Amino acid sequence: MIITLIDIALLTFMGATAIAILRLRSLFAVVMLSGIYSLLAASMFVVLDAVDVAFTEAAVGAGISTVLMIAVLALTGERERTPSHTPLLPMVVVVLTGAALIYATFDMPAFGDANAPVNLHVAPRYLNESFAEVGLPNVVTSVLASYRGYDTLGEVTVIFTAAVAVMLLIGGRKGDDAGIKKEPADDTEPDDDGGTA
Amino acid sequence: MLQAVLDHYNYWIAILLMMIGFYTVVARGNLVKKIVGLNIFQTSVFLLYISMGKVTGGTAPILDERFSVYSNPIPHVLILTAIVVGVATTALGLALVVRIRESYGTIEEDELDLLDGET
Repeated sequence: MIITLIDIALLTFMGATAIAILRLRSLFAVVMLSGIYSLLAASMFVVLDAVDVAFTEAAVGAGISTVLMIAVLALTGERERTPSHTPLLPMVVVVLTGAALIYATFDMPAFGDANAPVNLHVAPRYLNESFAEVGLPNVVTSVLASYRGYDTLGEVTVIFTAAVAVMLLIGGRKGDDAGIKKEPADDTEPDDDGGTA
Repeated sequence: MLQAVLDHYNYWIAILLMMIGFYTVVARGNLVKKIVGLNIFQTSVFLLYISMGKVTGGTAPILDERFSVYSNPIPHVLILTAIVVGVATTALGLALVVRIRESYGTIEEDELDLLDGET
């Protein structure tokens, strides 16, 4: 019972934080709230028994993402401009999509049901056999590093590709002087950069 | 009735968060705000997956003689991979934002549209 209450309270906090992120115009506050949002998500994962996911989310989501975003804000400025019009079409699309998804949840098995199809297929085999086959008490580690090692290899490939792309985009600027200006471009004519680059 | 709500509350909040993230990406013009929206969307998918793997009365899937009921470890593994890939895509998106700011001097979508129309 107390677990259910914690579950509901944390989820409600997450909803409130997300709405605040949507409404605020100060980007610094938005980035801080997104860190809080990640921390709430990490707590939620502990409640849902996913401890490995929880500490990854706390370290990567609440830590590294926030640092990256603050670094970008330092380069780009921290006020979001107020739009002149309120977009109606996106709201209609979002409400329709949300309604369709909510309708779909009624076909899903109840939360926490041990006999849900997702819990009956491969999971029992991992839980019963992995200690004999791999020898680690933590089943998540066994699956990640052994049974689904190729997934992890693919993940590393994705990270490598992203790192190369980031370096190509903003790294190594010392060498090329193709008209990229170091100072914030507030007072310069934006067309200058586009023209010479 | 209350039981029906409790049975689906996690899924509903996941969908609510998903839609808030979606709306932020589509309706807000600031590029950094769009990336934060994308992160909200992403975390809501994590929440959906992990919620599906939870077993009532279960514990974290770390084997021990004192426990016999464990939550499903497979969603945990999938989401561990997804979190790390997610931060890689966030970093790539932010790098693009920095690059756009250098070339155009703004990261507001409608101003970028105007500048693109001029050149």
